[in-house]
Amino acid sequence: MSKETKSADNILEVNNIEVIYNHVILVLKGVSLTVPRGGIVSILGANGAGKTTTLKAISNLLNAERGEVTKGTIKFNDDEIQSLTPNELVRRGCIQVMEGRHCFGHLTIEENLLTGAYTRKDGRAAIARDMEKVYEYFPRLKTRRKSLAGYTSGGEQQMCAVGRALMASPSMILLDEPSMGLAPQLVEEIFEIVKNLNIQEGVSFLLAEQNTNIALKYATYGYILENGRVVMDGVAKDLRENEDVKEFYLGVGGEGRKSFRDVKHYKRRKRWLA
Amino acid sequence: MELLYNIFIDPFVQMGAMPDFLLQVLWEGFVSGILYALLALGFVLIFKASGVFNFAQGIMVVFSALSLVSLYAAGVPAYIALALAILIMAALAVTIERVVLRHLVNQDDIILFMATIGLSYFLIGFGELIFGGEPKAMITEELGLPTGSTTFDIFDGILILQHIDIAAAVIAAILVAVLAIFFSKTRIGRGLRAVADDHQAALSVGISLNQIWAIVWFASGIVALATGIMWGAKSDVSFALQIVALKALPVLILGGFTSVPGAIVGGLIIGFGEKLFEVYWGGLLGGGVEGWFAYVIALIFLLFRPQGLFGEKIIERV
Repeated sequence: MSKETKSADNILEVNNIEVIYNHVILVLKGVSLTVPRGGIVSILGANGAGKTTTLKAISNLLNAERGEVTKGTIKFNDDEIQSLTPNELVRRGCIQVMEGRHCFGHLTIEENLLTGAYTRKDGRAAIARDMEKVYEYFPRLKTRRKSLAGYTSGGEQQMCAVGRALMASPSMILLDEPSMGLAPQLVEEIFEIVKNLNIQEGVSFLLAEQNTNIALKYATYGYILENGRVVMDGVAKDLRENEDVKEFYLGVGGEGRKSFRDVKHYKRRKRWLA
Repeated sequence: MELLYNIFIDPFVQMGAMPDFLLQVLWEGFVSGILYALLALGFVLIFKASGVFNFAQGIMVVFSALSLVSLYAAGVPAYIALALAILIMAALAVTIERVVLRHLVNQDDIILFMATIGLSYFLIGFGELIFGGEPKAMITEELGLPTGSTTFDIFDGILILQHIDIAAAVIAAILVAVLAIFFSKTRIGRGLRAVADDHQAALSVGISLNQIWAIVWFASGIVALATGIMWGAKSDVSFALQIVALKALPVLILGGFTSVPGAIVGGLIIGFGEKLFEVYWGGLLGGGVEGWFAYVIALIFLLFRPQGLFGEKIIERV
């Protein structure tokens, strides 16, 4: 793939970033990934692998937690975005849905959705239209629109969080651990909606998931993170059929080996990107 | 026996014997209650949006009132001086956000609190430098506020209502109503409540914390100005006022640090309680109870209901 076509096709390019918390704790040690325009890409990995940090580095929420991107570049629509505020980034169409929903508990569902449209300047009519659209995707939110978000169920809160992000009319959503704490059926429901949004609204997704099974079912491409490094990446279908992935993340077959650390041949991949 | 009589019976006998005097005391309590409520409101706004207890709120009251009075003294017409005083509070809010708050993001609450103490002493010094240290009279009449009083004949006695007190009540009510509408209906208001609920999430949907902070400091600057005018009309505008402003603390403990209705109800309870206690029970303790009564009430509340009457509803799903 030549350089020119590459940038035109990708909505997001993360190139070899390093993230340090509190000036001392090295969390990401050179992560590179790309999200093609209109794609669903998944970051997989166990707790503490660096999935959330990667997403926050992109959405620039790291600063609020004393984290800092110290190396590498992040490009959204071909523009470097590390120095932008989250506010500016949302305005440009890249929004994050944080892990654990983070709905505004003392606001109603409807008010929550409206906060998503905070950065928009295109008028009430457009916002009202998008609100109806969100209610179409999440009919359940419509029935609960007047309830305080804090009193709704986990699934409804997750829908609220995704709906709220949609209200910003984004071209890219960074979705962190949407399956967390939800019943399998609900997880499926949420991923179906993600797929529909992707197809019908053309929203690109970068999602971080521990639930490898479902993530690889809906994503087109996957990156596997371990200890702040990408240890493997590939088309979702290949990853699903890969023996090691099956063993470490899908819980089928093999014995004795516990992580990619024990598999020599992945170790030096992607170094050339540095 | 006599002590018990003096505590539990005599005050009520007195109240019954002179109902007109009781009404007068209640009215005085109501008026100071409103001023406490306005003071507390300024604290609540900032605490809600940024989790900072703004020690400088009291000096902001003095500072805003002094700017108004001094502008008038310099020859600016009263209403224009009022508008300029509002602008000064806006400039102050933006400056505080830029110079202080922005650099202290993510620091511990105690550090932000210390910063507001620093700020308050800076404003005292700065204020004395430009406005001078001596007390000044509020330009009540020039602002079109009524100054007379009306006397009612009731219960074979009289009740005197100062017009300025009535105006204070009306203005406070309008201010609270406007703020309530602003919070619940506007985009910025929603953003503000979102920030109060969850900083991180507010950031993630693109709400700019810096902007919100500047706005709440401005809003509480306006509340401070209103408080300063009302308080100044009753006494004088002087730096001593900022000590009185600390009365807002028991009000906040009573009403809850994050609740606007709490600030109002808390203010009224303290106002009524203080006056009644001073007049009917104060003699037993040698008078002067008005100064500490509020703090004792606050202490009792801290023991039994630390989140206050209207503290943030703790949302728990079952």
